[in-house]
Amino acid sequence: MLLADIVKLLTATSVSSVANLDQHIENAGASDLMSDVLALTKPESVLLTGLCTPQVVRTAEMVDLKAIVFVRNKWPDAVTVKLADEMGLPLFSSPFPLYEACGLLYQAGLPGLLDRRDPNDHWLSVAAQDGRRSVQRTTGNSRGSL
Amino acid sequence: MTIEPLEQLVQSFEIAGQDFSRAGEVSSKIRRILQQIGAPVETIRRTSVATYEAEMNVVIHAQSGRIDLSADRCAIQITVSDVGPGIVDLDLAMQPGYSTASEEVREMGFGAGMGLSNMARCADDLSIDSVVGQGTTVKMQFRTNG
Repeated sequence: MLLADIVKLLTATSVSSVANLDQHIENAGASDLMSDVLALTKPESVLLTGLCTPQVVRTAEMVDLKAIVFVRNKWPDAVTVKLADEMGLPLFSSPFPLYEACGLLYQAGLPGLLDRRDPNDHWLSVAAQDGRRSVQRTTGNSRGSL
Repeated sequence: MTIEPLEQLVQSFEIAGQDFSRAGEVSSKIRRILQQIGAPVETIRRTSVATYEAEMNVVIHAQSGRIDLSADRCAIQITVSDVGPGIVDLDLAMQPGYSTASEEVREMGFGAGMGLSNMARCADDLSIDSVVGQGTTVKMQFRTNG
């Protein structure tokens, strides 16, 4: 999906002096915890967050994020915007709350950070294990045959 | 086959404790250096994430600190040492989710207790040496050959 499509879906406004709307975005993730972003984000991703500090931009730099969308009309301060401009990182602000913003992008076909095509994807295997545990609790099936 | 002598890069950077406005600057500099010397993208990413987590830990918890970078063709070595409170219980500190960070730090998206486990996940080798009341030294190695 193009960044331009994301901006249109989220009716987002450009915050920084660079926009790079024609670049391709492979994944999206959403979090206000920067350690989670550092741990989970894939390259070529866009981050949706309600956190508006320079540390969000620094975090984006470390993991090669392509853009940041601040939700609920949040607007970063001048220091944060200047830092993003120096890095050439596009920032946007969307009126949608985080959950709705994620839903709109997912519904339009932008994947999250789980790679469902990769059987070795760490988070997919964690999710599968959690699913098995929950089914075992529900059915009492001690063989765990799922 | 002759092995060419390795050109070793060595640099040091100071970190000011509690200076949140500059937090991440050293990690950003190190990242640019690694890009300039042509380190593999995946190694740069792992090194950047772990170094940034370590730098944030110094800014959050310590009075002052430094990061020593050394790199050659085979590996990148990052040593982060600080003058600070030290880590009382290292096993507890390594547990994902455990944190002693203040509310102010959490509002910046850090202090969620994922820092040390993120570092351990990114680094090929990690060692932590801490003396309560004196400070902490974290040594990390990142191999460039995967």
